[in-house]
Amino acid sequence: MATIAKEHLTKEESLIEELGFDDHFHDHHHGDKYQSNFITTYIFSQDHKMIAKQFLITGMFWALIGASMSIIFRLQLGFPEESMAWLKPLLGKWITINEAGIGTLAPEFYYALVTMHGTIIVFFVLTAGLSGTFSNLLIPLQVGARDMASPMLNMFSYWFFFLAGLIMFFSLFLSTGPFSGGWTAYPPLSALPQASEGSGAGMTMWVISLVFFVVSVLLGGINYITTVLNLRTKGMNMWRLPLTIWAFFVTAILGLLSFPVLVSGLLLVMFDKGLGTSFFLSEIFIGGAPLDHVGGSPVLYQHLFWFLGHPEVYIIILPAMGLVSEVLSVHSRKPIFGYKAMVFSILAIGFLSFIVWAHHMFMSGVNPWISNFFVLFTLIIAVPSAVKVFNWITTLYGGNVRFTSACLFSIGFVSMFISGGLTGIFLGNSAIDIQMHDTYFVVAHFHIVMGIAAFFGMFAGIYHWFPKMYGRFMNETLGKMHFWGTMIGAYAIFWPMHYLGMAGVPRRYYLFSNFDTFSHFTEMNKFITVAAIIVFMFQILFVVNFFYSIFKGRKVTTKNPWGATTLEWTTPINAGHGNWPGKIPTVQRWAYDYGKDGREFISQVEPLAEGEEDGH
Amino acid sequence: MDIVAKENTFKRSKIHPKKFALGVACASIVMMFVALSSAYMVREAQGNWVEFAIPTKFFFSTAALLTSSLCLHFSYFFFKKEQTVLYRSLLTTAFFLGIAFVAFQYQGWNQIMLEAGLPLGANPSADFVYAITFLHAAHVLGGLIVLIMAMIHAFYLKHRVTERRKLRFEMTILYWHFVDFLWLYLLLFLIFHKM
Repeated sequence: MATIAKEHLTKEESLIEELGFDDHFHDHHHGDKYQSNFITTYIFSQDHKMIAKQFLITGMFWALIGASMSIIFRLQLGFPEESMAWLKPLLGKWITINEAGIGTLAPEFYYALVTMHGTIIVFFVLTAGLSGTFSNLLIPLQVGARDMASPMLNMFSYWFFFLAGLIMFFSLFLSTGPFSGGWTAYPPLSALPQASEGSGAGMTMWVISLVFFVVSVLLGGINYITTVLNLRTKGMNMWRLPLTIWAFFVTAILGLLSFPVLVSGLLLVMFDKGLGTSFFLSEIFIGGAPLDHVGGSPVLYQHLFWFLGHPEVYIIILPAMGLVSEVLSVHSRKPIFGYKAMVFSILAIGFLSFIVWAHHMFMSGVNPWISNFFVLFTLIIAVPSAVKVFNWITTLYGGNVRFTSACLFSIGFVSMFISGGLTGIFLGNSAIDIQMHDTYFVVAHFHIVMGIAAFFGMFAGIYHWFPKMYGRFMNETLGKMHFWGTMIGAYAIFWPMHYLGMAGVPRRYYLFSNFDTFSHFTEMNKFITVAAIIVFMFQILFVVNFFYSIFKGRKVTTKNPWGATTLEWTTPINAGHGNWPGKIPTVQRWAYDYGKDGREFISQVEPLAEGEEDGH
Repeated sequence: MDIVAKENTFKRSKIHPKKFALGVACASIVMMFVALSSAYMVREAQGNWVEFAIPTKFFFSTAALLTSSLCLHFSYFFFKKEQTVLYRSLLTTAFFLGIAFVAFQYQGWNQIMLEAGLPLGANPSADFVYAITFLHAAHVLGGLIVLIMAMIHAFYLKHRVTERRKLRFEMTILYWHFVDFLWLYLLLFLIFHKM
């Protein structure tokens, strides 16, 4: 393969020289502005590739914190009788030690951990870490642009994310603890400072952090949309875009339309919390005394929240879908099956994601008649989702599959997406939701379908594009260990939760020892906790592999190590600012010419032969 | 930075990428107000909703903002005609009318508080108006900062009509018209809902 690739590369280079577009980019000598010193290269960088790495590494930092939190609350759930005194140095006053020396996790901090775990993983890791990383890295590279439409706004996008993270991080150390009312921040827990310890300063910092986070998402999204629509290279029409770009594009639109709605909701919550209004607070008694608030509607907040909240799950999963589509096609050496169907399903999912939000509220007092419509739309989402699943499987079918770590994680993604998607059909029914809501069945469903699956897509992307990011490969053996450990381990964690949920075990409980009904699940909870710890260890292995490979990994020797058709692999191994040293490549064909006319792959820069039809 | 955006395009569309980006940002801001107005309607339907007349000061503010937009538009016209005095004076007028808008809004809030007797927290009907107009005023303040930038350019730079300055001016106008139309929408929404 190496020889084929090498022979091909020189051909690509000469094609770019011959057919490329000369934008006189390098005549201006302004490249130095971006990479003249340490600060402009590594810290306040305006280069999309560096910003991608910043998003990724910050995302990994948060992933470790979010996962560590889950380990602590899993220890509480799996081993509630065991002493947690050993965590005292880390958690301080949140561990109380009795005379016998037994340490107990403070219940309010358990809720803070669960809240922060959700917030961190959903927003900081799977939105910023996933979409931020790969949209930044791949959009300019794959559409053939020198950089984003506004590199400066792009830089701000990262630093607003950083600021959001910093504020959230500080909130962890408040004496009253971080916010603890659940990542959805439902009032009254979020709107009444006296509701819990974390509802005071912790909640205020949570809101400020999220507002900065939304600014980051919007600055990023504006850039992604503008770059895709305005800065595509010559010949790159929308039907020649790789599916990654389609996914990032629709994701950015979803973010742009849904995140502002969250800000509106949070604004009203803050009015209720600080200025005495009653948007979401109805008649509430605390300690026997009525509060001043009259006539508010907590369900109204839920509408505003889930109008973001539901598109948010697609903001998380669509980029993963895009990455997986690309990786599966490259590593099975076959064109993606049903390219147009894939694009239309992305669009359909994007559209439908806006009209299903109330399925999160079936049990919150929404009119059951209206619920019917939301059930219908929810179940319709299964159609484009299934189209995608069938197309991924069909892409693999009969392919010359290279089982690299990236490919394995993509296959793992498909497996997780099917498992988690099927339980979504249960939960999407308002009638079944009466039994299932707020149980571990829900926890199992969303962790598999948008947690683990999105992580798998992210891992696939990291293993696949690591050579583009750092000019080195990640270690494949460690990568495969990481895959199998995570794949088996993740099912070991979440599969049993379906049984817990069907038996009615409620989520968000600190302790089950007072419920005889659930006493026989003690061992199962232990098993889940042990599996979670093991999976966590495998993630440490990944992190070690990642950082080791940045410095010591096997070096990439050819521009196009995977033999892929897309434009990012026509850039130099360590591409500088502006991505291409000379002309910008022009695009001559679609992105998925694998195994065509007896050739292993044909780059997008190669003109169509006479009589040859373009793609699809 | 500009070079990336300017020279990497192939006249794919007539609109400059940065102007397009600003349009996208405006769409996003619209969503925030759509959310608030739909929350308004949902809450209104649930009762316990004290009706009150729209403060008359809101109509003064509307006039100020519309005139401001008009002034900015003509300022740009005279900028292109290289008539420096008119360009600068209309720009400054637009800015001060923008400040007048915020001041009138403030007086409008006082009217709701004192004349309608609905201070913040008294009833959601007024609270929504406070929240929505506050958020809108915040966006106008953002626009005023942009106008200050435009004035700094107008008064400290030599008057030269370059593509770069035209683009900057057009983007300023786009945003200022946007907050203008947004306010018209909000005002009509409130009028419609109080009829």
